[in-house]
Order: sequence, then structure tokens, then C-alpha cells
Amino acid sequence: MIQAILKRLLGAVPAIIGVVIVTFVLTRALPGDPAAYFAGPAGSTEAIEEIRVKLGLDRSLPEQFVSYVGDLVRGDWGNSLTTGQPVLAEIADRLPASLELTLVGLLLAVVVAIPLGVLAATRPGSWIDHLCRGITTAGVSLPTFFTGLLLAYVFYFLLGWAPSPLGRLDPYATAPDFVTGFYLIDSLIAGDLETFASAAKQLILPAITLALFVLAPLARMTRASMLGVLSADFIRTARASGLRPTTVLFTYAFRNALLPVLTTLGMVFSFLLGSNVLVEKVFAWPGIGSFAIEALVASDYAPVQGFVLAMALLYVLLNLLIDVAYGLVDPRARLEA
Amino acid sequence: MNALSNPLLEVDRLAVEFRTRGGTVRALENVSLALAEGETVGLVGESGSGKSVLSFAAMGIQDAAARITAGAIRFAGQDLLAKKGAAMKALRGREMAMIFQNPRVALNPIRQVGRQIEDVLARHTDLLPAARRARAIECLAEVRIPDPERRYAAYPFELSGGMCQRVMIAIALACKPRLLIADEPTTGLDVTTQAAIMRLVRELSAERRMATLLITHDLGMAREYCDRIAVMHAGHIVEVGPTEALFAAPRHPYTERLIAATPVGAASLAELAAIDGNLPDLRRADLPACRFAERCPRRGAECERPLALAPAGASSATHLIACHRPLTAAATEARHAAFA
Ligand SMILES: Nc1ncnc2c1ncn2[C@@H]1O[C@H](COP(=O)(O)OP(=O)(O)OP(=O)(O)O)[C@@H](O)[C@H]1O
Ligand SMILES: [Mg+2]
Repeated sequence: MIQAILKRLLGAVPAIIGVVIVTFVLTRALPGDPAAYFAGPAGSTEAIEEIRVKLGLDRSLPEQFVSYVGDLVRGDWGNSLTTGQPVLAEIADRLPASLELTLVGLLLAVVVAIPLGVLAATRPGSWIDHLCRGITTAGVSLPTFFTGLLLAYVFYFLLGWAPSPLGRLDPYATAPDFVTGFYLIDSLIAGDLETFASAAKQLILPAITLALFVLAPLARMTRASMLGVLSADFIRTARASGLRPTTVLFTYAFRNALLPVLTTLGMVFSFLLGSNVLVEKVFAWPGIGSFAIEALVASDYAPVQGFVLAMALLYVLLNLLIDVAYGLVDPRARLEA
Repeated sequence: MNALSNPLLEVDRLAVEFRTRGGTVRALENVSLALAEGETVGLVGESGSGKSVLSFAAMGIQDAAARITAGAIRFAGQDLLAKKGAAMKALRGREMAMIFQNPRVALNPIRQVGRQIEDVLARHTDLLPAARRARAIECLAEVRIPDPERRYAAYPFELSGGMCQRVMIAIALACKPRLLIADEPTTGLDVTTQAAIMRLVRELSAERRMATLLITHDLGMAREYCDRIAVMHAGHIVEVGPTEALFAAPRHPYTERLIAATPVGAASLAELAAIDGNLPDLRRADLPACRFAERCPRRGAECERPLALAPAGASSATHLIACHRPLTAAATEARHAAFA
């Protein structure tokens, strides 16, 4: 098992090298001159030139690339020109916020979508099947920023049930001591229920926004996969052996139906990381998505590169996780590791 | 009605329909068949004649779309159709069991085969986990799987088709049922494996005095392993009789064609081209009383009249046919003497 994981990690190295090259080239090819940007509108040509030298932008691209890779390996991901902070520190600071939001959103989606898909598949044509179909159709046709704005409008502005959509905590709460970076967990570790409640309240609307976005593909895949498995020969065998309906449904059907759902889950997680950017904007969430956008607008290379690289690493890790889960469920997948 | 005085399984004038978008499929009509303890009965007929529908109905595992519109199914004197879901499930797998074709896909692909046997034991017995495991291994040994302790932990994809079918049989026989329904158990297996599987089924059936319903396309196999044979055509049973009597002197024109279409030695319904026409569309509203009439060279005016299985002659109470213009015993015997 460990060996298979190591092998997979090694296999991801070329992909990561590719990402490094692409981000490097892309950021250099982007319009906008960062030196000019930082010199400001009043900056003289000399000042701009000085900044250019300081940033290493006067050197040739291959030279810049070599020093860039060297720095990356040493853990120096550059400094953000806007905040002056090291990019790695900024990402480490903001990544937990994004991950917490994404994971809670995903969890909500899974908890709703999977039972919904299973029930819809076991009762085709029933009201729950129609509900499932309705939700999946609505889910794919609503963009996240729209549902986000709608939810904030209804639950914050109209009903006043939700707190103002501004960040991870209300202004009177203080962040818990850093352990995992997830406020929900850290506040519990600190035994601070008030902060926990505050964090949960702030989290609920953006998490629901993300959940609504991924509910559709998950529920649809669960339903389709369950329907396929339920008509399989081995389900008939199980029924012919008189096994209890719960055994047939869970031990036999559901575990088999889970395989494509796991794959979808991995894909959906990637979508979520992407759509985070918009949701973080709507809810003023201090995650890496909003961080990357601000940097992009400012032609600030280093944070953008850092962001893309962090995402790439996250994808690799995620795919590995999905593979491991797949191997746990399906013995046939274990051999290929 | 039935020649058997005390049958274990008795299907009595059963009718099964499927409501589909294209219309109602009348898959079985007036089907009667009985099996006594210890007896092996073959059920033959071309593809689509309703063999699987009949066996699924007997097991109570028919499609949701299936409707039993008439008739009765009795097992050891109990009315199966009157049984509630839970009571029926308790019977299934314990008293009556079934094996299917394509054993590779008929087993749960991601569960160890030993565990699949244990699932049945857990459902129907009070064995504790350790004893259950021991019994599962014993079951694997009973179907002559070499090295059963190791095979217990195998997954279906790690086993050959023949081994998978042995596992299927082990699952079916784990609780020592009184009735085994084998739906084309050897289709898709090579000839040597086919023979091995059939010998195994025969041995185990004899050992336990288990009644066996063997569904097959393979007339040669039916002849070799069955005490009696029932011939199905388009949802009707057209002829039932002791194997030798039926082969020596088939009375129904369809049976006669079926046997004639089967070359001795290599026996398969694939060569059925020799029978004119196809099965009638079972969705038709105007299905004739005899569903073979449209393909039958002996058709006459009386073939429009209602039809039921009846003794083929005064002397043969066990040989039944559903035909107004049957072949005479003497004629077919002479024909087959020429073949042999
Ligand atoms: N779920 C269903 N819906 C509609 N029609 C069905 C369904 N299942 C079976 N049938 C019909 O019932 C008839 C009998 O089918 P069945 O599967 O019993 O044939 P069979 O004799 O077992 O054939 P084979 O030798 O190919 O297995 C066929 O005409 C088939 O189309
Ligand atoms: Mg069949």
C-alpha cells in the first residue's frame, strides 16, 4: 500500500514540473508590467528600471526560470508585491480558510446528494425521484455567484437569519489559536463554543452555495450508478439467496455503486476549488481564491504562481486520496497500483 | 392435472405478464409444471420462450414490471404467491436456491467469495462468525474447489469461469435447499468445464435428494442429466414427459422439430434455423390458442380451439402434450429409429 502511494507520488512529479513551467511562462506572458505597476503613475523611468532589476526582470527568461525553480525548491515562493508578505506564508494562512469552506460544502453536498440519489434509484418514478431530477436540473443551471448572492440577499438582507457575509468570523469574535487552521476544529480544541458558533454561522451560507453547486452532479451520478448496479446480475443472485433488502442495498448494491461516485467526488472537488474564487469574493472570504484574484489584477506574479502551484499540489494529493479510497472499495483497483 | 402425487414444487396454470410501453407482454400462460423430491427436470425451448420468467416467478424474484395474473405456485404444500415478502425471503436461499448463467457477473465483484457464502449463512442460520467461516470453507470444499481456505479470500475476478460457477453452486447449496433451479448453469463455459459442473450438480442433487430444475438450450445435456423434460414455446409448455419417451417419440410438432434440429453429439439450439418462422410477438392482442400454429406444418382448423396440456395417450399418463394434431407415437419412433 505504502509502496503504491509512493509510486503514485513519484508519478505526479512530471505533472508538477509541467505546472511550474506553464505558470512561469503564463505569468510572464500576461499583459501588464509589474515594475511599472509598482513604481506607480508618478514613477520615473529610472525608478521603473530599478524595480525591474530588483525583481530580476531584466534577465533572460531561462535565467529567470532557473532562479525561480531554485527558489521554489528552497521554499522561497517569492514575496507578494502588494502585501510585502512571503507568498508561502500567505498561502499557508489562507489555504485553511478555503479548504474549510470547500470541505464543509462538499460534506453538505455528499450528505444530501448520496441518500437522495440512492432513494431516487430504489424508487424510480416516485416523488423523490422527481425531486432528485428537479434538483439536478436546477443545480446545473444556477451559477455559484448567483446562488451565493441570492442566499445572502434572502437570508441576510431580507430575513436577517444569517450574519453579514463578511469573512470567517463576526467582528467581535477572535480567531482561535492556530492548530489546523480550520476555525470549526480549532475553536473546539480551544473549548471556545462561542467562536465555534460564530465560525459556523459565517460558514453556513457560502458552504450551502458550494454544496448546491456540486449537489447536482453527485446526486445524478449516485442515481445513475445505483440504477445500473441494481439491475446487475449479482443483485439478482443476492435476492435469490434471500438476503435482507438492507444487505442487498448496502453491502451489495451501494458499495459497487460507490465507485463512479468516488470518481465524481474527485472531479467535483476540483470544480469546487475553482468556483471558490467567486464564492470567496461574494462572501468576502479570506481564502486563497480571493487572494489570487487580487494578485492577478495587480499583475503580481509570485502569488499567482504560488496559487496555481498550490492548487496543482492539492490536485495531486486529492487524486491520490481518491485512488486510495477506490482501492479500499474495489479489490480490482488494488492490483494496478 | 399433474402426474405427480406429492410434488415438492408445483406450478399450476401460471400466467405472467409484463406491462411495458410497447404493450402487455404475455410471457407465460397456463403454465403447469411439477417437480418431485430428488427429481431432475429439464426445461428447454428456444430463447425468449419464458424459461427464465418461469424460474424467477417460482423464486419470487421477478422484475418489478412482472404481474402474476393467474395460477398458483406451491412449494412443499405452501402457497408461495400468498406469502408475504419476508416469509418468501426466508424460504429463498434456504429451501429453494438458484444458480445463473455467466457466473462471473452473477457474483458480487468486490466481495470475497467466502464472504458471499457467509452472507447467505448469516441470513439463514444461527451460526456464530467463526463457525460460519468454517462452514463457508466447507461449502467451497463440497463443490470441489481445491485449497478452499485460500480461495475463501479470492475475489471473482481472480477465479476462472468454472470456479465462479462452483462458488455460485456453493452459495446456492450452503443451506442445503430442497430445490435447486439452475438457469443455463454452463452457458459460456468450455465443454470440459461444462461436463464437470454438470457432474457436480448431479452428484450433489443425488446426495441430498434435491429436486433440480435444469434450464438449458442444450438438448443433449438435458437428455443426459434429466429424468423428465418440459418443452416451452412462446410462454406455453407444449410437451412434458420422461426423457427417454420424449426423445424416442416426441408428440408435439415443436418438440419434434427441436430434436430434429439438434445434431447428435454437438447439441445446441443455435442450429434452430431448421424450425420455420420466429416466436410470435408476445405483445400481440390476437395471440392464437396454440402459439406454435403459425409455424406449424400440421396446422388445421381445430388448432384455433382452446388448448391445455393433456396426456398424450391412454397408455402414458406421464407424457403430456398441448396439441390438437399431435404426431403419432409410431410415426416419430420410426423417424428417429432412422436417425439413430
Ligand atoms: N422485464 C421484462 N419486461 C418485458 N418483457 C420481458 C421482461 N423479462 C422477460 N420478458 C419477455 O418474456 C419472454 C420470455 O423471456 P425469458 O427471459 O424467460 O426467455 P428465456 O426462455 O429465458 O430465454 P433465454 O433462453 O434467452 O434465456 C421474452 O419474450 C421476453 O421479452
Ligand atoms: Mg433465460
